Amino acid sequence: MDQFTLNLIVVGLTFALYIGIAIWARAGSTAEFYAAGQGVPPIMNGMATGADWMSAASFISMAGIIALAPAGGYEQSAFLMGWTGGYVLLALLLAPYLRKFGKFTVPEFIGDRFYSGGARLVAVICLIIISVTYVIGQMRGVGVTFSRFLTSENFTVTTDTGLYIGGALVFIYAVLGGMKGITYTQVAQYVVLIIAYTVPAIFISLSLTGSFLPQLGLIGGYAPTGGEISMLAKLDSVVTELGFKAYTSDSANMFNMFLFTMSLMIGTAGLPHVIIRFFTVPKVSDARLSAGWALVFIALLYTVAPAVGSMARLNLSTTFWPGAVTGTALSAPALSIAEIDSNPDLGWIRTWEKTKLLEMSDKNGDGLIQYFSEPKVVADAGKALAAANKALAEAAADADKAPLEAAVVAAQTAFDASLTEGKLGDKTLAELGFKGNELTKVDNDIMVLANPEIAALPGWVIALVAAGALAAALSTAAGLLLAISSAISHDLIKGSINPNISEKAELMWARIAMTGAIIVATYLGLNPPGFAAQVVALAFGLAAATIFPTLMMGIFSTRINKEGAILGMIAGLVFTSVYIFLYLGWFFVPGTNVYENVPANHFFGISPLSIGTIGAVVNFAVAFVVSMATKAPPQHVVELVESIRVPRGAGAAQSH
Amino acid sequence: MADKSSSNAYWAANIRLITLCLVIWFVCSFGLGILLRPALEGIRVGGADLGFWMAQNGSIYVFLVLIFFYAWRMNKIDAEHGVEE
Repeated sequence: MDQFTLNLIVVGLTFALYIGIAIWARAGSTAEFYAAGQGVPPIMNGMATGADWMSAASFISMAGIIALAPAGGYEQSAFLMGWTGGYVLLALLLAPYLRKFGKFTVPEFIGDRFYSGGARLVAVICLIIISVTYVIGQMRGVGVTFSRFLTSENFTVTTDTGLYIGGALVFIYAVLGGMKGITYTQVAQYVVLIIAYTVPAIFISLSLTGSFLPQLGLIGGYAPTGGEISMLAKLDSVVTELGFKAYTSDSANMFNMFLFTMSLMIGTAGLPHVIIRFFTVPKVSDARLSAGWALVFIALLYTVAPAVGSMARLNLSTTFWPGAVTGTALSAPALSIAEIDSNPDLGWIRTWEKTKLLEMSDKNGDGLIQYFSEPKVVADAGKALAAANKALAEAAADADKAPLEAAVVAAQTAFDASLTEGKLGDKTLAELGFKGNELTKVDNDIMVLANPEIAALPGWVIALVAAGALAAALSTAAGLLLAISSAISHDLIKGSINPNISEKAELMWARIAMTGAIIVATYLGLNPPGFAAQVVALAFGLAAATIFPTLMMGIFSTRINKEGAILGMIAGLVFTSVYIFLYLGWFFVPGTNVYENVPANHFFGISPLSIGTIGAVVNFAVAFVVSMATKAPPQHVVELVESIRVPRGAGAAQSH
Repeated sequence: MADKSSSNAYWAANIRLITLCLVIWFVCSFGLGILLRPALEGIRVGGADLGFWMAQNGSIYVFLVLIFFYAWRMNKIDAEHGVEE
């Protein structure tokens, strides 16, 4: 059976499972549609939260981001700590109290606690910006996975077709089952994605470190030379020999790494689609426990990811420099093109070259592919040469080409000179006979997607990775869509437009809102705004600067009033978005940025990705000062706060 | 619901527990994993230095223990103050 058929069967089986669950778990009431009837056991909710939280980015991209970061893998630990540490904040500071409050949406709590429809509306706006930006990436992830795995010689699923299939599938189980359908599908999706992630990781860990557990492999010895030298030390020595920064080297900007980690943590705790998962458990104590179970299931992937990242990087380096397995990289010739084409174990290189995730070019024509980091002088001269060539190629047919040709010749001379200057170790590139890095592109995603093939695993594991990537993207998309549709049907329609709406009518509106949200998400996935990658920064920054501080103050203070909360949220929103826009362009329109987005231009070295932490401080400060200057909240609000602080009576407060 | 003074004592006990947990949370991730890493370079965890390991694996284990510890302690505090469900 060929790989394509196998992929099709495994993906098809998982989809059939999701649809079966959807039919079994239909929602009959608004309580079931918004909060799965508040009857989900904590372990199951933990699993669903794991799938809800771990997106296409966690599954496909994170290990590669860590593996290939130019500043080294250590600095990227911000993602590992940030995207898990937020659950401590959720369990201690938010989840139990919001469960006790016992209603369905995050804006609803903000509206009731701050006795203000205005506060609720500001929260709805923040929620929609956060969730819509997030869902675009998930829909793209679905489309891209389809196009990579479900394509054969005579049959092609384009990214667009993949998107329609994904949208239709989410439509079936989200519209039919609401939170109930989504919850039980997410449980199944979690199982698929965690098996798909860990099986290849175990094999790569066994082959590189002899350790069955990738977590132990990360700190284990390098097996091919008997385990004397640690895997990380081996990785450091290979990559530094090839001119890259050491994998474990310190962060260049510790202050920014601190703020970035904090921003991801409080952003995680403030993401509405994660918070609403804790509305589905029966009791307050279950909400605390459930956050723990969620982190157990998330940690299974997040503690494996750095092992996958470092080992895949080492594997990639030793594949292209066979000498590095037992000695130094440059002690033997680089991998030859003939070897790539004849050795079946290296078939993955050509496979992934077709998808453009990997690109090679034999610049010096020696039939070998030299992979290294070009010294700065060579890289700069190479860029200048490429620019000169481009100018010549783009010149109008009737233009005078002589000066452009002269420029190319001059740039070529400068480039050749740079080769005698730039060094790898103690030899210049000219002495080594290199004309530049020949593995010209290695996409982050390949570190996970090609892992089973690099480790020469059987075809069903490759098919499982395809199903796992789809499960990760679909489960997160469904959670986000529910957060969006419940904000529309519950907060906007029932909350402000028509408070007297019957439950049956509200349920219908919830389904209509879900349908609308899926159509918009699919459309945005098909036509992603050019800024799709940047807006993720905005989503985390805004969740950190708006929702998290407001919820926390609502629970831990009885003195913060509606004026303070509204102005605090607006201050956090405006401060954070303006700082991001200064570097990424006003409303992300390219070319309208005030400063170039390079570390040298950042205020106090704070990158736009890390600004959410400062935005949260601004929110807290404004809310405190304004509240002190204005009237204290009314007595019934003080009583509300006191009642959510004690667990007793959680069952009675629900469903109205 | 329990009377006012008992509910104040309950909340104070909860705040003390949250503070303790958050101090550990901060020291293990931001402290050992980021700020103190250069100072602790000499301490090894297998093939990694302590700061690197805390940042990539260790702090996640600490987070897990913290949440379950908090959930367990809070159940006891709930019962002691008569506010359990």
